Amino acid sequence: MYTQGLLEQGSKTVTVAAVEDAERLQRFEAKIDAEEKIEPKDWMPDAYRQTLIRQISQHAHSEIVGMLPEGNWITRAPTLLRKSILIAKVQDEGGHGAYLYSAAETLGISRAEMIDQLLAGKAKYSSIFNYPTLSWADIGAIGWLVDGAAIMNQIPLCRCSYGPYARAMIRICKEESFHQRQGYDIMLKLARGTVGQRRMAQDALDRWWWPSLMMFGPPDGASQHTALSVRWKIKRFTNDELRQKFVDFTVPQAKFLDISVPDPDMRWDEAAGQHRFGEINWAEFHEVLKGNGPCNRERLTARRNAHDAGRWVREAAAAYAAKHTARSVAAA
Amino acid sequence: MSDAHDWPLYEIFIRARGGLDHKHVGSVHAVDATMAVEHARDVYTRRQEGVSIWVVRSGDIVASDPAESDSLFEPARDKIYRHPTFYDIPKEVETL
Repeated sequence: MYTQGLLEQGSKTVTVAAVEDAERLQRFEAKIDAEEKIEPKDWMPDAYRQTLIRQISQHAHSEIVGMLPEGNWITRAPTLLRKSILIAKVQDEGGHGAYLYSAAETLGISRAEMIDQLLAGKAKYSSIFNYPTLSWADIGAIGWLVDGAAIMNQIPLCRCSYGPYARAMIRICKEESFHQRQGYDIMLKLARGTVGQRRMAQDALDRWWWPSLMMFGPPDGASQHTALSVRWKIKRFTNDELRQKFVDFTVPQAKFLDISVPDPDMRWDEAAGQHRFGEINWAEFHEVLKGNGPCNRERLTARRNAHDAGRWVREAAAAYAAKHTARSVAAA
Repeated sequence: MSDAHDWPLYEIFIRARGGLDHKHVGSVHAVDATMAVEHARDVYTRRQEGVSIWVVRSGDIVASDPAESDSLFEPARDKIYRHPTFYDIPKEVETL
């Protein structure tokens, strides 16, 4: 019942239906109000469980799909050091996916089910990974902007009320800082390079700026998940609050690179102490979410191919383990 | 498309350095314990976070039930005399 009110597409009202055990709900909420963590075996409302499964699995999928646009440049990184760094970063993303799938599994969904949802095209992942990486500068822009936006989103999640998710996020946030800094480092080298390199850096910012702002999700008025998620401390800040913070952090960093954010309406509002920025193209965001971004099909095809091509390895490993178990049983 | 089932789940415990306890860090799927150690190495120690790894089949862990934590832990609540701060010792008495 909770789930329906919370997740039903287009439903504006969140109907917190009567739960059979109002007392348990009260105890659950008191715990959250007292900043205590909820752990896997604790009682929790179904809506809390479902919201977390949805959010954590989407987050995990984003890490895994996010390996693709960057993986595209591993063989073409300009130096051996850059190549080593990029491999380490992409490997981290795989690790982040693994931490998050583990956290989601504690809520009662299996890893296989989540992978199936992704491969069937039923699960969402971050819209940003459906854009192509056209030049080496894009690897810089992704680290700086995309990982920067991810950090902005993820730092408050370290205090999420669900213990396993919060612990996974602490681990992830420690590693993300390397990702963002190596990205900015690439941008710095390009910005201080030749005219052509500076042009590459600007072009990458032009293409990644708006999709990065979209990463924070729909504006607060249109977001159907925010209210209950904030009350249950799954989310600590709203989409718009985090987006604003990201803009305020990032604009001076662009200025330092001497490249400009592609927004004619961007200005500093002295009185408010923050930047004002132009209207985001939400139609584009929704198209990408629906599956019509530049690379949606390519990304899913790549994941399906990897899954299918790895099947014989999984089967062989399972057969090997079964054979050894049988032998040790026979020997005993 | 589906492989229908997952490999068994292993809980991972890591000793950060000599002298410390192994601490739970998360879990991995693996066909056997040897593979679980290898996966744990890749997933949880990419930045030298450990010098030793333990893996335990998740299904082999027996845990207390949070719903019964009151009856389980309540008996310790009123035994404040177990703590050294319970006792008022005159200032004049040293090194106690």
